[in-house]
Amino acid sequence: MVTIKELPKEEYLLKGHAACAGCGPAISLRLIFKALGNKIFLVVPACCTTVIQGPYPYTSFSVPLQNVLFESTAAAASGIVAGLRQRNLEGITVVGWAGDGGTVDIGIQALSGAAERETDFIYICYDNEAYGNTGMQRSGATPYGAWTTTTPSGKRERKKDMPLIMAAHRIPYVATACPSYPIDLVNKLRKAKEIKGTKYIHILAPCPTGWRYDTSKTVELGRLAVLTGLWALFEIEYGKFKLNPPSDRLIDKTKRKPVKEYFASQGRFRNLTDEDTKRIQKWVEEDWEQYRKRASNSTSDSSPYGKIEEA
Amino acid sequence: MAQMIIDTANHIAGYAAKAARVKVVAAYPITPQTTIVEKIAEFVESGKMDIEYIRVESEHSAMVACIGAAAAGVRTFTATSAHGLALMHEALHWASGSRLPIVMAVVNRAMGAPWSIWPDFSDSLSQRDTGWMQFYCADNQEVFDTIIQAYKLCEDEQVFLPAMVCLEGFILSHTYMPVKIPEQKEVDDFLPPYKSGWILDINRPFSHSNLVAPEWYMEFRYMIQEAMENAKRLIPVIDKEYGETFGFEHGGLVEKYKCEDADLILLTMGTMGSEAKIAVENLRKDGLKVGSARVRVFRPFPTEEIVKLAEQAQMFAAIDRHISFGMEGFLATEIKASLLNQKDPPLVAGFIAGLGGRDVTFDTIEKIAKKSLKWMRGGKVERETEWVDLRE
Repeated sequence: MVTIKELPKEEYLLKGHAACAGCGPAISLRLIFKALGNKIFLVVPACCTTVIQGPYPYTSFSVPLQNVLFESTAAAASGIVAGLRQRNLEGITVVGWAGDGGTVDIGIQALSGAAERETDFIYICYDNEAYGNTGMQRSGATPYGAWTTTTPSGKRERKKDMPLIMAAHRIPYVATACPSYPIDLVNKLRKAKEIKGTKYIHILAPCPTGWRYDTSKTVELGRLAVLTGLWALFEIEYGKFKLNPPSDRLIDKTKRKPVKEYFASQGRFRNLTDEDTKRIQKWVEEDWEQYRKRASNSTSDSSPYGKIEEA
Repeated sequence: MAQMIIDTANHIAGYAAKAARVKVVAAYPITPQTTIVEKIAEFVESGKMDIEYIRVESEHSAMVACIGAAAAGVRTFTATSAHGLALMHEALHWASGSRLPIVMAVVNRAMGAPWSIWPDFSDSLSQRDTGWMQFYCADNQEVFDTIIQAYKLCEDEQVFLPAMVCLEGFILSHTYMPVKIPEQKEVDDFLPPYKSGWILDINRPFSHSNLVAPEWYMEFRYMIQEAMENAKRLIPVIDKEYGETFGFEHGGLVEKYKCEDADLILLTMGTMGSEAKIAVENLRKDGLKVGSARVRVFRPFPTEEIVKLAEQAQMFAAIDRHISFGMEGFLATEIKASLLNQKDPPLVAGFIAGLGGRDVTFDTIEKIAKKSLKWMRGGKVERETEWVDLRE
């Protein structure tokens, strides 16, 4: 556990990076580097970070970074982990850092394979709920009702539940996070670093450019996503599900803000009807009923995931 | 002591990976390649190979995992065929563009649809422009030797490019032949430890393969072209050195057989080259001056050697186990292109044969030779591209 004052002063995301003003992923990256330090190999597929890092011969990251193909983050990480092991190089954390399209859509096969093979690395999905780098096209992580350039009247399907898909791989650690809760994000990364096996962290990263809100409101919007219950902060450690603050208080539905507050502040939801809002509110209630059940079921010891016990 | 064994080319490819002391193998099964990765699995589980063996979920991931491992600083190997190779296509560009010296065995198999598991070169030749060097083998010994040679070549600082070592499915992959496996120490002396142009290093935090604007991109491409030219110079040198050390030489870029006085030269790739030699023997018994030139390396293409062969011969017959639909076979195309600016070049006839595993025997090749000789005497290629043994 750290406080914001205890975060390292070192910056590994350097000045002059090419992210948009108010970029949620850039805030997240800065925190991730602080949490993990610079003994990391970063694997980055096609995504906004292709641009954020800066063009050749420059870089705005002071960690080694390998750019790889869109769908191949986890496969490249598998190779790097194997290579490091053959060289007996210890103390280097391999980190995959991919957008939502590169994770829940085109990269899901390689990620699923790497998780099944118990590859020892941290995979972080920074989720801005659309293909941001190509100009906001819908992805499998775009929520119902959201405008994108390929769903101009609003997406008609629900967001894919990627953290629970990853949990179904029985990996030792799955967590959700949001840069609006930096201490929670940092603690989760530090925990992930100490666990052996595949660690999956899914960060909801607000995007002013794509979500159509003022660049000063990124942190606020992340908070609203969490406080309305649309994005729950939780971790699943060796199969044990636990809600983290402030989401742990939100099992009590009276504590949750109505979803319409979140929608009202973003241009991408301006086509939402009252009926849509009601439908989404209902889905939130259903999701939370599931979270409540998982949280209470997990109070008893479940068998450790990611390792096979002696018979 | 060197060891003489009798085994299939696929198993021999496994022996070669072991002898090359690869550290990471990432592979996915596909017919007819599968017995390579099975052989490696056997080596790994019996403790004969101490490697990281990544049983990936697709060929795309196999190639990318090799890219990752090579970037992390170790020698890598993989193997595939046909659709697996096609699935890798995107990653092949990434491997060569990243200048990583990966070696891959490609067990040639025809592309679908319709499904075929039998050999032709349509899979590997479709990858002609990916920046990979391409070797084509004629027998099991050459498979072993070429894999070892390929690592030496790829890891030369004048090259730093990946290479595929191609062998025809079933004709070689599942056929038993005697092969000499040299002693490990001899291989170690010939092939130094892994070397690459760059490596992921926490002390040197670079962004590798990041966005390159138009003012630089062409220079990076030109460097690959230069590396290919360097490879063209080095391949015969490495082959010769290998021959002096281990007793087997495979002709460098082009394996020539009785070309010195030949009027007609039969140009082939892979096992068709072995059949062509028998055809040459038979035709010479009838007093016909025929030679055989087996193109062993398709990328970089041995333009200069083709030009040299053209000084003597009046006629070339390019026999392609491949078709570029709407044109001709790639071998014919490259040969014609190589000769275009030469004075009085020989006539070139293209023959399409052996697609989808149809047998190309010395009989077939003699037939091709006789037709070519007839056209040569008439001074005219009567058909630009002839499909051999095509059903009516």
